[in-house]
Amino acid sequence: MFDLVWLIPLCPLIGSVINGLLGKKIKNETVIGGIAAGSVFASFMVACGILFQLLSLPGEERVIQKTIFTWIQSGTFKADIGFLIDPLSATMLMIVTGIGFLIHLYSIGYMHGEEGFYRYFCYLNLFTFSMLCLVSGNNLLLMFIGWEGVGLCSYLLIGYYFHKKSAGDAGKKAFVMNRVGDFGFLLGLFTLFYYLGTNHNVWTINFVELAKNADLLVPGAVVTTVCLCFFLGATGKSAQIPLYTWLPDAMEGPTPVSALIHAATMVTAGVYMIARMNFIFIKSPTALLVIACVGAATALFAATIGTAQNDIKRVLAYSTVSQLGYMFLAMGVGAFTAGVFHLMTHAFFKACLFLGSGSVIHGMHHALHHEHSEADPQDMRNMGGLRKKMPVTFWTFLFATIAIAGIPGLAGFFSKDEILWQAFANPHHHAVNYVLWGAGAIAAGLTAFYMFRLVFMTFFGQTRLSEKAFHHLHESPWVITVPLVCLAFLSIFGGYVGVPKVLSEFFTGGAFPNYFEHWLEPVFAYSTHYTEAHGAHGLHSVAMEWGLMGVSVLIACGGIALAFALYIVAPGFPEKFTSTFPALHRAVYNKWYVDEIYDFAFVNPCKALGNFLWKGFDVLVVDGIVNGVAAVVRGFSGILRYVQTGFVHNYAFTMVFGVALIVAVYIFR
Amino acid sequence: MLGAYLPILVLVVIACLFGLGSVVFSSLIGQKKPSQVKLAPYECGCEPVGSARERFSIKFYLIAMLFILFDIEAVFMYPWAVLFKRLGMFGLVEMGLFIVILFVGYVYVWKKGALEWE
Amino acid sequence: METIAMPAINLAVIMPEILLSCIAMVLLLVNVFVPGNNKAYLGYLSIIGLAVTAASAVGGWGPSVSAFNGSVVQDNFAIFFKVIFLISAGLAILISDRYMVQEDCNQGELYPMILFATVGMMLMASGTDLMVIFLGLELLSICLYVLAGWNRDNLKSNEAGLKYFLLGAFSTGFLLYGMALTYGATGSTKIQAISSYVMGNPGVASNPLFVVGMLLIAVGFSFKIAAAPFHMWTPDVYQGAPTPMTAFMSAGPKAAGFAAFIRVMIFAFPMLRAEWSDLLWILAVLTMTVGNIIALSQDNVKRMLAYSSIAHAGYALVGFAAVNAEGAAGILFYMLSYAFMNIGAFAVIILITKKGEVNGNVQDLAGFGHKKPLLAMVLSIFLFSLAGMPPTAGFIGKFYLFSAAIKAGYVWLAIIGVLNSAASLYYYLRVMVFMYMKDPEEDFEWAGATPAIAVCLLVAVGATLVLGVVPGTVLELAQKAVQF
Repeated sequence: MFDLVWLIPLCPLIGSVINGLLGKKIKNETVIGGIAAGSVFASFMVACGILFQLLSLPGEERVIQKTIFTWIQSGTFKADIGFLIDPLSATMLMIVTGIGFLIHLYSIGYMHGEEGFYRYFCYLNLFTFSMLCLVSGNNLLLMFIGWEGVGLCSYLLIGYYFHKKSAGDAGKKAFVMNRVGDFGFLLGLFTLFYYLGTNHNVWTINFVELAKNADLLVPGAVVTTVCLCFFLGATGKSAQIPLYTWLPDAMEGPTPVSALIHAATMVTAGVYMIARMNFIFIKSPTALLVIACVGAATALFAATIGTAQNDIKRVLAYSTVSQLGYMFLAMGVGAFTAGVFHLMTHAFFKACLFLGSGSVIHGMHHALHHEHSEADPQDMRNMGGLRKKMPVTFWTFLFATIAIAGIPGLAGFFSKDEILWQAFANPHHHAVNYVLWGAGAIAAGLTAFYMFRLVFMTFFGQTRLSEKAFHHLHESPWVITVPLVCLAFLSIFGGYVGVPKVLSEFFTGGAFPNYFEHWLEPVFAYSTHYTEAHGAHGLHSVAMEWGLMGVSVLIACGGIALAFALYIVAPGFPEKFTSTFPALHRAVYNKWYVDEIYDFAFVNPCKALGNFLWKGFDVLVVDGIVNGVAAVVRGFSGILRYVQTGFVHNYAFTMVFGVALIVAVYIFR
Repeated sequence: MLGAYLPILVLVVIACLFGLGSVVFSSLIGQKKPSQVKLAPYECGCEPVGSARERFSIKFYLIAMLFILFDIEAVFMYPWAVLFKRLGMFGLVEMGLFIVILFVGYVYVWKKGALEWE
Repeated sequence: METIAMPAINLAVIMPEILLSCIAMVLLLVNVFVPGNNKAYLGYLSIIGLAVTAASAVGGWGPSVSAFNGSVVQDNFAIFFKVIFLISAGLAILISDRYMVQEDCNQGELYPMILFATVGMMLMASGTDLMVIFLGLELLSICLYVLAGWNRDNLKSNEAGLKYFLLGAFSTGFLLYGMALTYGATGSTKIQAISSYVMGNPGVASNPLFVVGMLLIAVGFSFKIAAAPFHMWTPDVYQGAPTPMTAFMSAGPKAAGFAAFIRVMIFAFPMLRAEWSDLLWILAVLTMTVGNIIALSQDNVKRMLAYSSIAHAGYALVGFAAVNAEGAAGILFYMLSYAFMNIGAFAVIILITKKGEVNGNVQDLAGFGHKKPLLAMVLSIFLFSLAGMPPTAGFIGKFYLFSAAIKAGYVWLAIIGVLNSAASLYYYLRVMVFMYMKDPEEDFEWAGATPAIAVCLLVAVGATLVLGVVPGTVLELAQKAVQF
């Protein structure tokens, strides 16, 4: 089965090529969608096979490399087209292909009747291909190809409705911000390659070989630089402070795209990258501290913005940014397993939430369309009371919301609680552990609040639609609801693969171990040993863990209760509140004016500089030189062409002259 | 080492001297009594008709070229014939192949109609 | 009378050559015995023949085997080049039929002629005796003279054939004279023997006889690869010759010239690398610069490509001047990719021009991009590759050539190469500007691709992109091929 790993990225690529080249001629939506979803399903089947074969191997043998061929070889530099199969990449492959398949299926229903149906699926398949390259490549360069590929597809899909200016702008914004991050990624790659090569004569970018030579990386300024460069790349791709502002705007794309790319898979690439290179990051406490602080700050910051948004997708977007912050917090405190675990559970419930919101928007759109209303189908202020009309959407959405809120028993609880505990108890940053935990806990409360605010505003209460429109509101077709049910199921039960030790020992006497941690152990073994070997000890207190768990559950429940109080019991209160503190509300509603600050601090100066360079420098100096050189060369060329007389004797003479010259030079020198 | 080439040099010198000598000597000692008939270009005893620089049919060239081609190939058989016995079976086969290739060319030329005048 | 002791004759070593010659002869006869004016079937038969030959040639990959008393060798180097020749012959044959029918010169001998030329090239690549190399060169040249003048009713084509013949004969004189002098100085025409003689008598390096011999050999090969100042024939011949033959000539024989050049220079005179290097970089700089500068002011696309072909020989010479394994491997790779991209570009030119090769100027391409978007895109890919832009084969090829030069210490040579490359962008992009950004003066209809040309384009585009994106495997083969 391992030999077939190349099929995993290849299938979506083939699907993409077929749909891209022939889609316009095929026209039939069922065929196009079938090709796209089928190709991803094929990859999913192969990924399943690989997962099961990997499970049958003993833990230490679960690192398999399959090199297909040498891609580039130049001196000491060598890059293969090769795949790395280990528990981490297998997990990611399962997430990407599994959720990817569900979202492809969903898209068939959601995109029905859209112009450029084939284009959509071509991009979506291409995205899947790139993402699979990213997570399964066995070297940094292949990862970078995937990294760039997903960025490109994200750009294309955000700007899918390219006739809308806002969509085009959002696409450009995502692209530019990602480029800033990619620049960091490249710098990190070069520095790492050069550092290992010149100092230790290890010229490699292969993950397995890098891991083997991890001992050569001496903690210090260089390693910290490498880590921070890579982390800059991660902040771009995974929407962390300071490069997060593109993600909320990216909601201009079709909703399934938001679910797949901007929630479940692509934005987690940064987390995956850090997990993949944990053996480098663990060497730099400074970088870890930066990552933890940025993660915690992003989690809290984005959560505050989420509380005041009215666009259903924007709330989810900020929620994604916030949840990604949790993952980075986990990475920063050295809890790689917890971070990847949260990545997985988040993929389940966030994909479910996005798809659910898509289902709502889909229904709203049709209902409003019937009424010829211009009202925004994404604005929660137009919704309300949808639970009776869209029961499947409602129930799945509700379960996913409970999961993200961190209520015990559902997927989000296990992963989020693990991160919070690790933030509190980790051995790396004793000084700021309380702060990290505090930020995380408050963000958890805010998450519960804004998520339930969303649920209450959308599904409960009286509808704010006109009666006629409400009458036309329907549940979505099966291609939309089936993925919802699947994802809701995963949101409920997906967490049980990683039950924390304390819970397991309390309830089952340890009979139900933390499978997930055990599964990923070999990937992070080096970091674990390194931490222990360097005498760093975390806090081990069962009582404390229980206590914190209780606190975080209480905070979450508090958030829910607040939302209930404000939006069900006393629906008039939020308005009163905003009118009491108009400045605060405006600031939060306008996302703390970060976009405006960026415009002022970076965009406008850059534009001014660009204008100056263009009109002042480029037109006058550069063009002058270039045109001058070109004119001289062309003049010369015009003269030289007359040497070509067309007479054979002249040609022969030139030859003889050349021979005589060469011979003379060699004889008389 | 260069001494070995001396006879060739001598031969070259003699050849040159002979050529030059005959021309120079005949012009020096020969009688010169030009007449109308003597100065006329020779054309098998007849009066010359028109310029000698006429265009020939391309067919002459074609035949001449083919003749030279096949003639030169035939030259290869002389050294082969001299050493025929010492070359043995190998020589025979080798020459057979050579003839076959030549024959292919011959068949081609024939079929192409290059040997027909009209 | 005792029998003459025969040297070890290993026919297997020259099996590809034997095969291809036999196929060509059979096709020659088939052509005269089968009546009818449609000669396309001969082309398809030739391609089958080429494929069979290629299979037989590739079968010899591995350790080198010498035969005929060291006159011919079957090694990876020769095999790699043979594949290049066979590919360029195959691609040229694919694009021939349409053109020859259009220009009314559809004689069936064309295909055997191309095959014979290919045999000549293959002998040049595998010959290790100056005489064998010379024979191969002559076989190739004579076929090319005929092919250049193939279109008998076209004055330009006649001119091309005659000029090529006269100048070719002239340069052959130099080559042969050089070989004779080398033989005189070292006492052998076998490359191996020359090499060991020079090794044993270092004094010979200052013997004028030897030096001049060596230089004249270099001149002979420089003519074949169209290196300045021995390039003067190229534009006239390339422009006059039928377009498919121009494509063939610029890809196959150029590679053959390099094959023999490398074989003689690096095998026979390895100890004289420094001396070679000086000559080669001068040739490289001259060739690149002259080719590019004159190409800048050409309006006729075919002639422009002819000059650009001179420039490309210059790029390859940059790798040659490095006189190291990387450079040689770079040339191998470059010649392979050049065969694809250049023949591909010419294939599109064939579709663009009308009978009598009118409509072949850049200006006539106005609007091509809108009328024939697919063909225009394909042509753009080839032009980008020729200009050396990623992600195409041309980029990777140039990259390896220049990096070999840098490794050998010729940083400035690489810089000149890159500058030249940049200058070449002008005339390549100019074609694209006309294709996409200018409105046509008169409404013009272009013909679509025939199936054969479509196959050629597909193969060429595919190879150009594949070699540009995943060059690893082929590069590895090229590196193996130059492990002397």
